Amino acid sequence: MNSSSAGSGPTFADQGVGPSGTQYPFESGGEWQRPSRRLRQMRLWETAAATLVCLVAGGVPAVTSGRNSLVVVVLVVVLAAGGLLALYMARRFGAWGYLERDQDLLVRRGVMLRRISVVPYGRMQTVEVTAGPIERSFHLATVRLHTASAATDARIPGLEGAAATALRDRLATLGESRAEGL
Amino acid sequence: MVRIGRSFVGVLAVLAIPYLSRPRSANSGDLFDLAVVVVAAVGGLVSWLVTRWRVEEGTLHLETGLLRRRTTRLPLSRVQSVDIVRPGLARVLGLAEVRVRTAGAHDGDARLAYVASEQADAIRAHLLALAHGLTTDQAALQEVPLATVRNRRLLVAVWLEGTTLIPLLLSAALLTAGLLAPTRAGSASLLGAALVVALVVAGMVSRMFNSQLGYEVAKAPDGLRVRGGLVGTVVETIPLHRIQAVRQVEPLWWRLLGWVRLDVDIAGRQRRQGEDRGASGQLRVLAPVATRSEAAALLAILFPAAGPPESPPPPRARLKAPLSFHFLRATLTPGLAGCSTGRFRRVSTWVPLDKVQSVRWTQGPWQRRLSLATVHLDIAGHGVGLALRDREATEAELFAHTLPDLCRAARADQRPSSRFPAASPASPDVEAGEGRPVAEVP
Repeated sequence: MNSSSAGSGPTFADQGVGPSGTQYPFESGGEWQRPSRRLRQMRLWETAAATLVCLVAGGVPAVTSGRNSLVVVVLVVVLAAGGLLALYMARRFGAWGYLERDQDLLVRRGVMLRRISVVPYGRMQTVEVTAGPIERSFHLATVRLHTASAATDARIPGLEGAAATALRDRLATLGESRAEGL
Repeated sequence: MVRIGRSFVGVLAVLAIPYLSRPRSANSGDLFDLAVVVVAAVGGLVSWLVTRWRVEEGTLHLETGLLRRRTTRLPLSRVQSVDIVRPGLARVLGLAEVRVRTAGAHDGDARLAYVASEQADAIRAHLLALAHGLTTDQAALQEVPLATVRNRRLLVAVWLEGTTLIPLLLSAALLTAGLLAPTRAGSASLLGAALVVALVVAGMVSRMFNSQLGYEVAKAPDGLRVRGGLVGTVVETIPLHRIQAVRQVEPLWWRLLGWVRLDVDIAGRQRRQGEDRGASGQLRVLAPVATRSEAAALLAILFPAAGPPESPPPPRARLKAPLSFHFLRATLTPGLAGCSTGRFRRVSTWVPLDKVQSVRWTQGPWQRRLSLATVHLDIAGHGVGLALRDREATEAELFAHTLPDLCRAARADQRPSSRFPAASPASPDVEAGEGRPVAEVP
C-alpha cells in the first residue's frame, strides 16, 4: 500500500514512516498490553444481569396476560438480544489495548467507532486510578489520563489492582521527568 | 520607595463614582438615600486612602484594605499582561484602571484602580518595560499597529451574520404574522414575541458594538495589543505564546463581500470582573471584521507558515460528509496544522503543533467502509480542537504515526523562550532605572 491523497492539493507522502497496512495503525508498533481477562467476565456478568432484568420486566406482564405465544416471543427476543450483546461485549473487550512507547502512551478501543489516543508523557497533568463497586468486586481498576485538553479521553479499564497502581506510578514518574508546560 | 497615583483626580473619582452610579429617584430628599451615598463615598475614600503600590527591585508591591490588610507581592517577571480598563464613567472623568495579570487564578490580578488616564499608559509602559527588560521608551516605540476595523464595515457586517440575521428575520416574520392575525389576543401575543426577539437581538448587537467599535490590533513586545469599545474601552494584551489556536469564520453573506472574522483561543483565560460578559470564557476576537487579505496578514504574523488549508479529502468522502465536504480541507506543515470545514459558513482553524496535548485517530463504521479516517489534535482551551477529517485511511495512519514526533519536535523548538521577540533578561541600565517614579513619565 502506498499513501496517496486524491485531488490536486499537496500530499503528505513524504513524511517518512510508511503505513503498516494492518487494520489498526500502530498494530506492528510493539507488544500491545491488554486488560485482564476478568474484565471480559465482568462485562458478561453485567450483560447477563441486564438480560435478566429485561426478562423479568417483559416476562411478568406476558405471563399474567396468559397468552403463551407472547411469553415465547418475549423469551426469544430478550435472550437473542442478550446473546448478541454478549458477543458485542466480548469483541469490545478484545479491542481494548495500550502500548507504552518511549515518549507516549497509546490507548486503543472501540469496535464500531475505533479510536487510538496518543498521549505524550510530558503532557499528562494527572493520572488517576478509579474503581467502582462492580469493578472492586472483580478486583479491577481503571487508569485515567488527563491532559490540559478536555478532549483527551484516554482511559484503560479492567486492570488488576496491582497492575493499575504500577502503571499509574510508572506513568507519573515518566510524566514528571518529561514534564512540559502549556 | 515610589508611591504612585495619589492625585487629586483620584479622590474626586472615588467620591463621584459610587455617587453617580447610584440611580437617583426623582425627588431624592430622602435622608436614608443620602446616608447610603455618604457611606459609599466614605468607604470608597478609605479604600482609596489605604491602597498604595510601589515597584521595588522588580517586584510590584500592592497593599490594600483597612480592616483586613492585604499585601500582594507580584514579581514582574511573572506578569502575563498589563491591561487598561476604562469603564464608561471613569472614562468621562478621565480615569483608568490598570490590571496586572498573572497566569494563575484571577484572584492573583493586581488592580491599580483609577489613576489619571495618561498616567495609566505610562504605568503600563513602565511595568511592561520592567517585566521584559526594556527601557520605557523602547516599550512604547515597539508598538506597531497592524489593523484597524472600520466602524462602517462593522455596522454592515453585524447585520449580515447568521446569529443576528436569523433572529431578526424571525422577529420580522412574527411581526407580520401579528399584524395579519385575525383575533386580537393572537396578534397581541405574536407582537409580544416579536418584541422579545427584537430586544434580544438589540442587546446582542449593542454588546458587540460596545466591545468592538474602534477595534485596533497592534504588535507589542509582549504580544498583541487589542483595544476597542464604545462606552467603556479595554486595552488588552494577548501574549503570543499563549495562543492555542486561531480560527477564521466566514459567514455565508460575509463571503460575498470577502469579509472574515479572526478569533484566537487562549488557555487559562477566565471570566474576569467588569469585562464584556458575552465574550468571556469564549474565544477572544482578534479582528471582528476584516478583509481576506487583512486576515491573512494578521495570520502570517501569528504563524508565518500559515496558509489556507488546501488538501481536500478523497472524493468518496462526500458520501460520508455530504454537506461539509464542500469546504473540507486540511494542511500540515512541520510546525502547524490547519483544517477548514462547513457548507454555508466556512470555519478554518490553525493549531501550532507545539500546543497539541494529545493526538487521536478515529474511524467510524461508515468511514471504515469507505476506507477513511479522522485524526484529531486536542489542545487546551475552550474546546476548539482541530480535526483532519475524513482523510484517506493510509494518509490518516501516516498522520497518527508522524504527528506525535512532529509535535515533540515543535515543542523542543519553542521551549527556550517561547515566541517573544524581546524576552531578554534585564540589562544593567534598566536596573538603574527601576527606582524611577512612574508618575513622572510623561
